Amino acid sequence: MKWILLGLVVVPGTLGDVLMTIGMKRHGEIEEFDLRSLLSLLWDMVRNPYLITGIVAMAVSFFALMALLSVAQLSFAVPATASSYLVETALAKYVLKEEIDAARWAGACLVTIGVVLASL
Amino acid sequence: MDRFLRHKTLVVSLVVIASNAFGNYTLTRGMRDVGSVVSISPLPYIHAMLDPWVIAGIVLLATWMVTRLALLSWADLSYVIMVTSTAYVLSALLAKVFLNERISAIRWVGIVLISAGAFIVARTFPSTAPEPEEPEE
Repeated sequence: MKWILLGLVVVPGTLGDVLMTIGMKRHGEIEEFDLRSLLSLLWDMVRNPYLITGIVAMAVSFFALMALLSVAQLSFAVPATASSYLVETALAKYVLKEEIDAARWAGACLVTIGVVLASL
Repeated sequence: MDRFLRHKTLVVSLVVIASNAFGNYTLTRGMRDVGSVVSISPLPYIHAMLDPWVIAGIVLLATWMVTRLALLSWADLSYVIMVTSTAYVLSALLAKVFLNERISAIRWVGIVLISAGAFIVARTFPSTAPEPEEPEE
């Protein structure tokens, strides 16, 4: 059961981040943090299909995490979900076409190991 | 232009990190005052939302969500997730100072590794992804 829930935390969570990134790149760069930009962002959140599905996926991931924490210990849940950092870095390279150089990979590995240790 | 982008990215990243960590802290503090609310009825949740710490937590976490989306409008996902992971570090330090939680030696090692990873990625250029094709209107 906990492995199914873990899958429901990691897969929708990483997909949600990728979808929200695509959605925000299509929304266009936010130049200024004024009321107008904020309202245009909120308006896009209800009509940009990438943002909508991204937010739904994040919500699924969040509730799966709540459920996971009710059947497994925090010291299992957090290290297991830390794998998201590596999965998302790979998706950023192959799906979002970001340039993942040695520094980005090194950072991803350090953060992943760091999150595992910090939750023990 | 590149310098402006780096500067803007740094400032917004700091807001994302701080609103996340302080949001977690104020929400935890508020929920300790309120007590356990595991219920099907919405009333205990509505009651919890009247607590000033909980209100501060909700406002800060909404700020976190919006500024993180804004950051993703120009910065790489692989940049954002690594740099904002320092919110773990700040959360742990806030929990130690204000909630009197203990941090073990192994957790300190984790905190140092997260900080090092975030620092290395923060030095890379924030935006490398190609421009998206024009959205259909």
